[in-house]
Amino acid sequence: MRRFLRPGHDPVRERLKRDLFQFNKTVEHGFPHQPSALGYSPFLRLMAIGTRSGAIKLYGAPGVEFMGLHEENNTVMQIHFIPDQCQLVTLLDDNSLHLWSLKQHSGASELREEHRFTLKGPPGSPPSATQVTAVLPHSSREVLYLGTESGNIFVVELPSFRVLEDRTITSEAVLQRVPEDYCNRRSCELVEALREHPKNPDQILIGYSRGLIVLWDLQNSKVTHHFLGTQQLENLYWQRDGSKFISCHYDGSYTQWPVSSDNRQPEPLENVVPYGPFPCKAISKIYWQTTKNGLPYIIFQGGMPRASYGDRHSISVVHGSQQTAFDFTSRVIDFFIIFSSEPTAEFDDPSAMVVLAEEELVVIDLKTAGWPAVHPPYLASLHCSAITCSHHVSNIPLKLWERIISAGSKQNVHYSNMPWPIDGGTNIAPDPPQRDLLLTGHEDGTVRFWDASGVCLHLLYKLSTVRVFLTDADPNDNMNTLGEDEWPPLRKVGTFDPYSDDPRLGIQKIYLCKYSGYLAVAGTAGQVLVMELNDEDAEHVVDHSEADLLQDQEGYRWKGHEKLKTRDGPVRFEAGFQPFVLVQCQPPAVVTSLALHSEWKLVAFGTSHGFGLFDHQQKRLVFVKCTLHPSDQLALEGPLSRVKSLKKSLRQSFRRIRRSRVSSRKRRGGSGNASEVQEANAKFDQDALQEMELAPVQRKIEARSAEDSFTGFVRTLYFADTFLRDSSRHCPSLWAGTNGGTVYAFCLRVPPAERRMDEPVRAEQAKEIQLMHRAPVVGILVLDGRSTPLPEPLEVAHDLSKSPDMQGSHQLLVVSEEQFKVFTLPKVSSKLKLKLTALEGCRVRKVTVANFGSCKTDDYSENDLAVLTNLGDIQIISLPFLKLQIRYPCIRKEDVSGIASCVFTKYGQGFYLISPSEFERFSLSTKWLVEPRCVVDMPEVTSNNHVHNKSGTENPARKS
Amino acid sequence: EFRRFSLERSKPGKFEEFYGLLQHVHKIPNVDVLVGYTDIHGDLLPINNDDNYHKAVSTANPLLRIFIQRKEDADYSAFGTDTMTRKKNVLSNVLRPDNHKKKPHIVISMPQDFRPVSSIIDVDILPETHRRVRLYKYGTDKPLGFYIRDGSSVRVTPHGLEKVPGIFISRLVPGGLAQSTGLLAVNDEVLEVNGIEVSGKSLDQVTDMMIANSRNLIITVRPANQRNNIVRNSRTSGSSGQSTESSLPSSMPNILANSLQGEEESDEEDIIIEDNGEPQQIPKAAPTSESIESLTQIELLHESTQNGFLPSSEMHLNHSEGSVSMEYEVQDTDHRSLEEDGTIITL
Repeated sequence: MRRFLRPGHDPVRERLKRDLFQFNKTVEHGFPHQPSALGYSPFLRLMAIGTRSGAIKLYGAPGVEFMGLHEENNTVMQIHFIPDQCQLVTLLDDNSLHLWSLKQHSGASELREEHRFTLKGPPGSPPSATQVTAVLPHSSREVLYLGTESGNIFVVELPSFRVLEDRTITSEAVLQRVPEDYCNRRSCELVEALREHPKNPDQILIGYSRGLIVLWDLQNSKVTHHFLGTQQLENLYWQRDGSKFISCHYDGSYTQWPVSSDNRQPEPLENVVPYGPFPCKAISKIYWQTTKNGLPYIIFQGGMPRASYGDRHSISVVHGSQQTAFDFTSRVIDFFIIFSSEPTAEFDDPSAMVVLAEEELVVIDLKTAGWPAVHPPYLASLHCSAITCSHHVSNIPLKLWERIISAGSKQNVHYSNMPWPIDGGTNIAPDPPQRDLLLTGHEDGTVRFWDASGVCLHLLYKLSTVRVFLTDADPNDNMNTLGEDEWPPLRKVGTFDPYSDDPRLGIQKIYLCKYSGYLAVAGTAGQVLVMELNDEDAEHVVDHSEADLLQDQEGYRWKGHEKLKTRDGPVRFEAGFQPFVLVQCQPPAVVTSLALHSEWKLVAFGTSHGFGLFDHQQKRLVFVKCTLHPSDQLALEGPLSRVKSLKKSLRQSFRRIRRSRVSSRKRRGGSGNASEVQEANAKFDQDALQEMELAPVQRKIEARSAEDSFTGFVRTLYFADTFLRDSSRHCPSLWAGTNGGTVYAFCLRVPPAERRMDEPVRAEQAKEIQLMHRAPVVGILVLDGRSTPLPEPLEVAHDLSKSPDMQGSHQLLVVSEEQFKVFTLPKVSSKLKLKLTALEGCRVRKVTVANFGSCKTDDYSENDLAVLTNLGDIQIISLPFLKLQIRYPCIRKEDVSGIASCVFTKYGQGFYLISPSEFERFSLSTKWLVEPRCVVDMPEVTSNNHVHNKSGTENPARKS
Repeated sequence: EFRRFSLERSKPGKFEEFYGLLQHVHKIPNVDVLVGYTDIHGDLLPINNDDNYHKAVSTANPLLRIFIQRKEDADYSAFGTDTMTRKKNVLSNVLRPDNHKKKPHIVISMPQDFRPVSSIIDVDILPETHRRVRLYKYGTDKPLGFYIRDGSSVRVTPHGLEKVPGIFISRLVPGGLAQSTGLLAVNDEVLEVNGIEVSGKSLDQVTDMMIANSRNLIITVRPANQRNNIVRNSRTSGSSGQSTESSLPSSMPNILANSLQGEEESDEEDIIIEDNGEPQQIPKAAPTSESIESLTQIELLHESTQNGFLPSSEMHLNHSEGSVSMEYEVQDTDHRSLEEDGTIITL
């Protein structure tokens, strides 16, 4: 340790390190975890999403995004933009209000919290007196109206949050002139909705939860109209001209009310229960949008018949005779309509509906017949099926990029062509330096191809491996067309579908060769598929072969899952990556490592039993090697038996906790006082927790031995053209590293191209290295004579890399979880080592070679190892001398799934999951940095005309 | 028969050469012999490597008496028995009074074939309340056999007594290496692992460090039972002191540290099988470039400080420091024993 922590003894190197390395978490990709509130500013054309953890995220044109985090980490309940301002107010569940501003700072806009405020009642008043339920930012931009649970409405000045007490609208003042028989039934009710009159800023509409609605005159501080609703109120909406408004109710009905000067207590015009006559669920929000042709759009959330469709998350759009109930895959958090916001425009003319559901964002084009969905350029639901693995490929050649996009565009025909309607702000970030692909494997057997070049993670193409296999789910069973009644007119929208038909389909390893377009994908049931990119639809038979990894081992019985059944005969594949070979590992255990060499046309795969090499040109298995230790029974049993026992033990421990809790409750049951019981329970929980903490957690200290379980588990596979036998001839080789610290090297003989189909590929074991510390081998790498890592297959052929130095002696770098070791080749002698675990107590989780360029000079770059440890730290270690350069804390060490999901890019960036649906992007490089940089200009405001910021409408350049 | 010849004290050369010289002088070129010498205490000690050969030459004043025996009819027990038994008695007397069973003299192998299983090292540089134990996993089939846990201990700080988290030995596996040495006990606090402090590290980190070092594990502990500590008087009264103490010669740790270093290097060696041949140890590559050379040097330096190899002049300094800190430590232990009672209850 002392050796490495010695402070910068070499000032030149220290300076260079500053030019090379820098740690930044730059942007969060994907869909916010647990969204809880939605806001929209028609003026800025920005959308805001709040989450249960107190984050607030603003989105505009692609690339325009901001993020803020409330210190309190409380749930964001409501978001309201201040009209015609770059400001917004958030309400948290601790009843605090926060004012956020977008301010320009050194050329780019930043989101900052300006003020916070909690409404306080007079001393002694109950907390409900000031519990805010409705917020109305007034168009004067000077005040906020805050409706509360007590029915009082407080007025606070902006931006100071000073309460203007003389302007408080008390429920007593409102109830004064309400008819007595009505008033008696409804005192003390909370304010459900506050709506400013669209034409007259001096009037606001106040809706109370029990049904009473009043129009309040701000100038004279009195009620001008009473609307005596009889149903529990959910929400209100003004018609554009202010002559009518609409209210929606708990019983699934909505009501129109006229507003005129002659009748101060009008009767409703119309009362409709759209999905009656049977009891319906509440309509929680409603829009009434006028159009030129006279037929309004009525858009409302909920209202489904309670008994048969009460479980649906729906929003209905009614336009004349057209009616569709959009059926969402998860709970609707909130929605808004984008319509003409020019005050001079006569009609609303809605163009799009934006719906924030719990797991995804759905935008519906209301202008195109059939109301198709719009493909969002950001906020992709990464987790529409759980992510099981990821693979990053940097610097994709343009040709492959275009072919993937073209394959993807054929899948997206059902989407609307509408330009993205939320287009506020201007993206001023430089164009991404290169085209990057992030591939995610999912539990349902799909691989998604994401454009990870820039700030917006955008889905390019989706590949499904399911067609190769026979699954229980009938492919014709389409929920959209069959099995639904005609009424209500439900239509499924959205892609979130976390339910996997068969967990064996899950994708575990992905390897894409960007030069040849070959893709290898391996899954949970030992399936390895090799695919080729085809621009046309095609129907063909997938070649099928089995690799028996147990070979000569006798008397074992696999107790895990069975292999997947394959479809016989030709299968139709859509344009894109089409499988042509399936290699099935036997036993069908999870594929734990995968490597593809597109130049030699070989694919290598490994499981907990061994590894194999397959020639996908001749479609022939070259060899298999069993790595299983004869006494390792656990590896054979398969994953299921262990999962079962874990589940069982978890269940038992939960049961134990529950039982003890119940008994404690019983004991205290007699005392009666609810709060006392609660307190006692809380205390009990605390005690239980403390007890758990004090319980002796102990760790066994034992050297690893050859008899440990899962030593044969193949962790890494690597192809290299290097000196394996003697220093005069180099040859293709395959390297494999296991969990037990063994490295196998096979010498390969690949026939020259002209005889490639005639002669078999041959393999012969040349070396076997046993690391005495027996830690799992997580990385193998060969360095050439200049100590540069060997290039990827075809990289040299495509002129993208210098050919490796085949003159000098090569070196082998073996990275185990505990140590980095450099050996000479072809005679293996140990040269250097770095004992990471012995020094620091951390273990290597992920390791990649990354190229770091200097931010000062263009002509300097170097290769280093980027390492993620089990403590969540990232370390950069130099090559070939294995010296620690720098260390950054990155992921919490408790965040095991975050650490497991991390992928590094070849240029010092990385991604890891911060929630099932979000990738955090980070950068270790000073040179390659992808982060949002954008400006939101205040559009000019004239007295009665809003000029929109048109710059946002430009199409994202990255798409082309 | 006797031979007398001279050697240059400043340049003794290598043991191999010396051995060759002996064979030459006695004209027994093809006979395997054992070489021994009498040291200043009159003990018969073996000469079988460079280190003890140099030691022997350096202690000669001025005459070095060498004994040569034919290997096949050598009386092994003659070698250093005196020293060995005395040393053993010291340790077992001090550490495990109840364990004091005199083992019959059935030592049959050569000293060079002995494999240490454990040792207390750096006695001279550590405070009396600490103990640095080395466990040699290499070559034994015995498991290390112990468990560690989180706990808390009381430290003396400038701000008074403070309760700080610590790592403790929680269990010894019967028959394991840790238990069989008798040098580690349940509730001993782990302070260092191979020279690296564990404070601020989590249980999992310390576990990983110990496992990573498991082939040559050096643990510094504060024994839960402080009564059996070796009480050292200051060195100035050395020669007139009790025999039990003087039997720990001041030079011992040096030799230990030196000889162990080579071993540490070798026991880390990985194994290679070439072309399905016989497994072999992977040799160390000859340093080829400047930078690598300097790096290995640094490594050596580092490892030697880790093993507590210090020039003897510094050792004296440490002794005086040790006795100064005594009072603090006594206070410390009082609190610790209270603390232990608490943890035992929760266990």
